[in-house]
Amino acid sequence: MCTISNTGNCCGKHGACCAAAPSQPEKESKFKNGAWNAEINVRDFIQRNYTPYDGDAAFLAPPTGRTLELWRQLTEKMEIERQRNGVYDIDSVTISTITSHEAGYIDKDLEQIVGLQTDEPLKRAIMPFGGIRLIHTELEAYGRQMDPVVEQVFQYRKTHNDGVFDIYTDEMKLARRAGIITGLPDAYGRGRIIGDYRRVPLYGLDFLIAQKKQAQKEMAVNVMDSSHIRHCEEVAEQIRALHELKAMAAGYGFDISRPAKDTKEAIQWLYFGYLAAVKEQNGAAMSIGRVSTFLDIYAEADLACGKYTEEEIQEFVDHFIMKLRIVRFLRTPAYDELFSGDPTWVTESLAGLSLDGRHMVTKMSYRFLHTLTNLGPAPEPNLTILWSEQLPLNFKQFCVETSIRTSSIQYENDDLMRVKFGDDYGIACCVSAMRIGKQMQFFGARCNLAKALLYAINGGQDIKHKDDQIGPAIRILAGSEYLNYDEVMRNFDEITDWLAKLYIDMLNIIHYMHDKYCYERIEMALHDEDVVRTMAGGIAGLSVLADSLSAIKYAKVKPVLNDAGLAVDFITEGDFPKFGNDDDRVDAIAVDIVRSFRNKLASHHTYRKSKPTLSILTITSNVMYGKKTASTPDGRKAGEPFAPGANPMHGRDVNGAIASLKSVAKLPYDYAEDGISYTFSITPETLGRTEPEKIDNLVALLDGYFREMGHHLNVNVLARETLLDAMDHPEKYPQLTIRVSGYAVNFIKLTREQQLDVINRTLHTRL
Amino acid sequence: MDITGRIHSLETFGTLDGPGIRFVVFTQGCPLRCKYCHNPDSWAVSGGTEITVSALMRRIESCRNFLRTGGVTLSGGEPLLQPEFALELLRRCHAAGFHTALDTAGSLPIEQTRHVIDAADLLLLDIKALDPELCLRLTGSDNKNELATLDYCEKTEKPVWIRHVLVPGWTLMEDHLNALAAYLSKFHCIKRVDLLPLHKMAAFKWAALGLPDPLPGVSEPTPEACRQAEDIFFRHLSPEIQVNGLSR
Repeated sequence: MCTISNTGNCCGKHGACCAAAPSQPEKESKFKNGAWNAEINVRDFIQRNYTPYDGDAAFLAPPTGRTLELWRQLTEKMEIERQRNGVYDIDSVTISTITSHEAGYIDKDLEQIVGLQTDEPLKRAIMPFGGIRLIHTELEAYGRQMDPVVEQVFQYRKTHNDGVFDIYTDEMKLARRAGIITGLPDAYGRGRIIGDYRRVPLYGLDFLIAQKKQAQKEMAVNVMDSSHIRHCEEVAEQIRALHELKAMAAGYGFDISRPAKDTKEAIQWLYFGYLAAVKEQNGAAMSIGRVSTFLDIYAEADLACGKYTEEEIQEFVDHFIMKLRIVRFLRTPAYDELFSGDPTWVTESLAGLSLDGRHMVTKMSYRFLHTLTNLGPAPEPNLTILWSEQLPLNFKQFCVETSIRTSSIQYENDDLMRVKFGDDYGIACCVSAMRIGKQMQFFGARCNLAKALLYAINGGQDIKHKDDQIGPAIRILAGSEYLNYDEVMRNFDEITDWLAKLYIDMLNIIHYMHDKYCYERIEMALHDEDVVRTMAGGIAGLSVLADSLSAIKYAKVKPVLNDAGLAVDFITEGDFPKFGNDDDRVDAIAVDIVRSFRNKLASHHTYRKSKPTLSILTITSNVMYGKKTASTPDGRKAGEPFAPGANPMHGRDVNGAIASLKSVAKLPYDYAEDGISYTFSITPETLGRTEPEKIDNLVALLDGYFREMGHHLNVNVLARETLLDAMDHPEKYPQLTIRVSGYAVNFIKLTREQQLDVINRTLHTRL
Repeated sequence: MDITGRIHSLETFGTLDGPGIRFVVFTQGCPLRCKYCHNPDSWAVSGGTEITVSALMRRIESCRNFLRTGGVTLSGGEPLLQPEFALELLRRCHAAGFHTALDTAGSLPIEQTRHVIDAADLLLLDIKALDPELCLRLTGSDNKNELATLDYCEKTEKPVWIRHVLVPGWTLMEDHLNALAAYLSKFHCIKRVDLLPLHKMAAFKWAALGLPDPLPGVSEPTPEACRQAEDIFFRHLSPEIQVNGLSR
């Protein structure tokens, strides 16, 4: 008899699992009780029950036969996907919802963790609530037709995109077209919301639904104004979504109305929660949170009672990670140009410290990283180490050793973030920290501050956009023989005043409409009812701007004019300090820009009283921003890419990596709380002579950077020759992974332009 | 008094010049003209930029967080061409708690350089060739001073890492390597030997200075040839000495 196995298959080996009665809440016997029993409090459960692991990687298990076979099948399909121009297949008929598709499998007999977005792996669904016009473009790009029924549905149903463009003013549309503000989620899902997927296994759906219903009752006493009505409606939608999640799981033969009983169920339940989210939302970043240490609690219990072996647990993890690797969304070519390589940002945050000082490294942290070995390198999930100096040395060495081999990991400063976000936060997307289940953000992409400088010089006119007056018509400075620093700064101040206001207004519109027409029902169902919201602005071109201002201040910059008397280029005479050399003269300029722009954003009214924050992150859009920006006073020519994120401009950091890291670490996290991204690329031989030396040096580098209060570091250890060869022979490098600003991509999925940008960018190497 | 020196460049993330992460100060000026030099622009004693020891110390100090398991390496050029500057910098670093390494070819008379060597925690000594004739052809100078420097380190028990560049047809030859390894095996001060394969990435620098290709027809050694060279040293040296960071 095996009463608790949902699949009807007895595990066949152990008495323990089979003896447990299905109705008995096992958590009460297996786990230490506390506040989490009576209310939703995942953190309390983790803190009471997790087991820090100080040992090394020797316990890890290799992939099973089933794992290898499944991965082989997926690899084959992914090769076909590449040959089909990046899209394996599209279900253009079914509007994707949590329950839209029947159960789908890769290979039902092999899969230990099940669930697909559609009926077939890699097949992409349509999610038109963000914008039906977009679906047209997407389908057209891949030679498909719009289904007439879908078309008809959206003659009656308005979308997020329609809503936004109903409200956008002419000024906003112009700013968007000129590329001073770009990448806004006005035509795609905003993402950057992390459902607390751990709630599904810990509590089961019945409890979660009951809690929401209770909250609903308590809400009814408030004044019925528009914000309260919106809130009540949202909770009603959340409850509906939870029911759908339950139904979706039932379609796979699982009853998730009750809590999970063991590791396998915990992973499966959790994955169902996540799967529901990626069936409902095509969000730019669909991060998974901080699940590994939570799951380790189940694994430790199962190992202790002999229910599962290490091999079995690793197999569950490998199969789970495979699922996260094949999350797919249908996107437009324009989107790919911004965020190249088909990213989904299934970011998982690992390690960090607990508020009581214990580190949160568990065996599960190792198992997650070990998937990069068992399955080979991959960009997703976006594995993020929350680094603290206090992490055990064994773990630090294991991480950097994996980085050196796979270039698939990013590092973020837990000592910096823990103070603001506690010990149960996760990273959404690349660098955005948020308390899980308690906080979300309104994603705001970014504005182009290098272009803003050109507006400051050219009186608000854009020479890359037909000399149009985009910004306010302030005095043109281009006519002077040499640019005067104080005059430029005064104008820049005016331009950024205008820009900050316009930017926040646009974000307010976007997020109002997103909430209205494309609300993240299931993700928000896995949040508390009252969440903290941030309004996350961003900037691109920081190092171009800082160097340009430095050139104007410390060298002589002569504008070259067009017929209309606007500067189209600059002649810079003399040398000037450049960002990335630990030189305070220019680093202080960069710091001032960040501080001042964040303060300008913060001075405006924001939708739902969200807290304005700022990120210095570009993803791969630094190439596109560069393309849309004319020559700048720092010597960068029109069309040339910016540096990614907060990176110094390529080739200008001449004193080695540490000077460069130190400059970036000066940027104040307090004013860029949505993250400061630095991408560090180095050739293997430059890291040290032997493997142990390379590992020790990289650990010391990370310790040093984070002690300097640096926020984020992507680490790539790559040989230039490999990248060049991969450009010409992509078929030889299906899994070659590199980190770009805040995420990782398959190198071969980048556009040729972006590949060249990666190669030209400072690959720290020394003669 | 604040001593001024001439430097070629700084590298804040040195990983190949001593243990751990090194802040490397490359000094300007060198008496040798090695055919495989990576920085021929560091030869002229009048080139480079001037900097005071205090200014340098401020830069080093600001990188302290990264240097806890590493330290500071004074390299060149030939740092011993500026002995007062080198000595002051090493002393100040030492006083500030940084591990110090001096990377030299030992090409100056030991009487002039001993006090600088005394001030360093570790000597990285380039042995260009054991055969004085070959050394002359390769570097423009014989090896009398460098061998005397090694003797001095043996006498004063100064820890030494030997560096030797493998140039096919010049130094990468079995008899040469056997003779050198046997010679070095007598020294207790040697803790490690690094055999550095010739690489020609700096060819563009020679061209930029209008200099002809110094090693025409010589190509970079194969990994296999480098491994064989390693084996020769492993055979001769006592087991506690690392070769290229590896123990036998």
